Amino acid sequence: MNLFSAIGDFSSFFFRSVFIPWQLKHSRYRILRQVYEVGIGSLPIILIIAAFVGLVSIVQTSYQVAGTVPRYILGMTVGRMVMIELGPILTALMVSGRCASSMAAEIGTMRVTEQIDALEIMAINPYRFLSLPRIMGTFIALPVLTVIAEFDALLVSGTYAHFFLDIPFGVFNYGLTHFFYAKDFFGGLVKSIFFAVVIATSGCYFGFNVRGGAREVGRAATYAVVTASILILTLDFLIALVIFG
Amino acid sequence: MIRIESLSKTFDSLVVLDDVSFCIDDGNLVVVLGPSGTGKSVLLKSMLGLLPVDNGEVLFDGKSIQKASDSETYNIRKQVGFVFQGTALFDSMNVGENIALPLREHTTLSSKAIRERVCSLLEVVGMEGKAKMYPQLLSGGMKRLVAVARALALDPKYLFYDEPTTGLDPIMTDKVVDLVQNLKKKYTNSGIVVTHDLSTAKAVGDQIYMLKKGKIAKLAKIEKELYD
Repeated sequence: MNLFSAIGDFSSFFFRSVFIPWQLKHSRYRILRQVYEVGIGSLPIILIIAAFVGLVSIVQTSYQVAGTVPRYILGMTVGRMVMIELGPILTALMVSGRCASSMAAEIGTMRVTEQIDALEIMAINPYRFLSLPRIMGTFIALPVLTVIAEFDALLVSGTYAHFFLDIPFGVFNYGLTHFFYAKDFFGGLVKSIFFAVVIATSGCYFGFNVRGGAREVGRAATYAVVTASILILTLDFLIALVIFG
Repeated sequence: MIRIESLSKTFDSLVVLDDVSFCIDDGNLVVVLGPSGTGKSVLLKSMLGLLPVDNGEVLFDGKSIQKASDSETYNIRKQVGFVFQGTALFDSMNVGENIALPLREHTTLSSKAIRERVCSLLEVVGMEGKAKMYPQLLSGGMKRLVAVARALALDPKYLFYDEPTTGLDPIMTDKVVDLVQNLKKKYTNSGIVVTHDLSTAKAVGDQIYMLKKGKIAKLAKIEKELYD
């Protein structure tokens, strides 16, 4: 399969999954369940990762600029770095590793055990039943996780700066809030919305296309994560060009 | 009535179905007999539009499933209950939820009415009280019975059984065969059973066809033709 037909196939899968009658009466519980699976399920690891992102950011920024600029600049630099780039992208990559693979494995197993055929025969659209809730669940959960990750990273970096870099909370906070641009924050959120779509679509797409057995299910999980990660980084660049370029 | 007209299906160069034609009259249970790997499951899936066919069509009460739109296909499938060889029960749902799923999706029944329907279906297949169990805790035979209950949920006009007794012990095989016979009497469903087991075929079939090397032939005198 060449690249263009793969992109076409992937896009058509997304449209087939989302642009269908949602039948919210039946789908809403499954969407909420996916919000829980992706959101609450990923929260502990996201909090840990974000804390270290905050720590590394403040240490690196301090190493590079301390002594050459006013101290509040560290708050500004870390804040904008986390909101524009690090928060959205690292949250997306973590959720991709955790959720795209599990979606591909779960749906792939359903494919090889004929559970998807069973849905078809019961006249239940498998895209509405399996893909739509996962795409919408990730679409809702990922931006919220991103905001939580950003808050966590900034809190931890501010705390580190206060206790170890002699930058009081007030000074750090001044840099953070005085140079806060809504565009940075919402630009990051726009990214996370696109990332959510590619994470869930990759997971479902590779799961649906499993043919064979256990080995193919494993491969589908790997392809889902690799594809989602590549698409996240590609989209990150394209969205950065559009919003911040 | 289901008419299968000149159905052909190949996988690469392998001819699985070659100009297969037969008819399932109302109230009749047709058995398609054949050794493993001859394409019996492919025939069932092709009949329901799950696999695209190379030629031919399947008409449900005159309506071709191959020419039907998505919504028409779903309307046809709502009339069919399908018992998969591997049961295809949803392992993330318990027995009750498995049986309730088509009811929740396609009916406006209240939760209470659905629970009652699930209980009565479990009773029909002799699995009362097992609604809370998950499929992975059931034996192969019990899963098969639950799959039958799920297939019956929407009170289908047609029942399709894919190897209903394969892999079961003799006692469970007899139980499943009795169930198929009773369901036919009780609900007068039409249907099709594909199997490689001659005794199952003889026990449940009104008409028996033999599928071999892609060709299908009606058997008039079962034992004689088979042993010849």
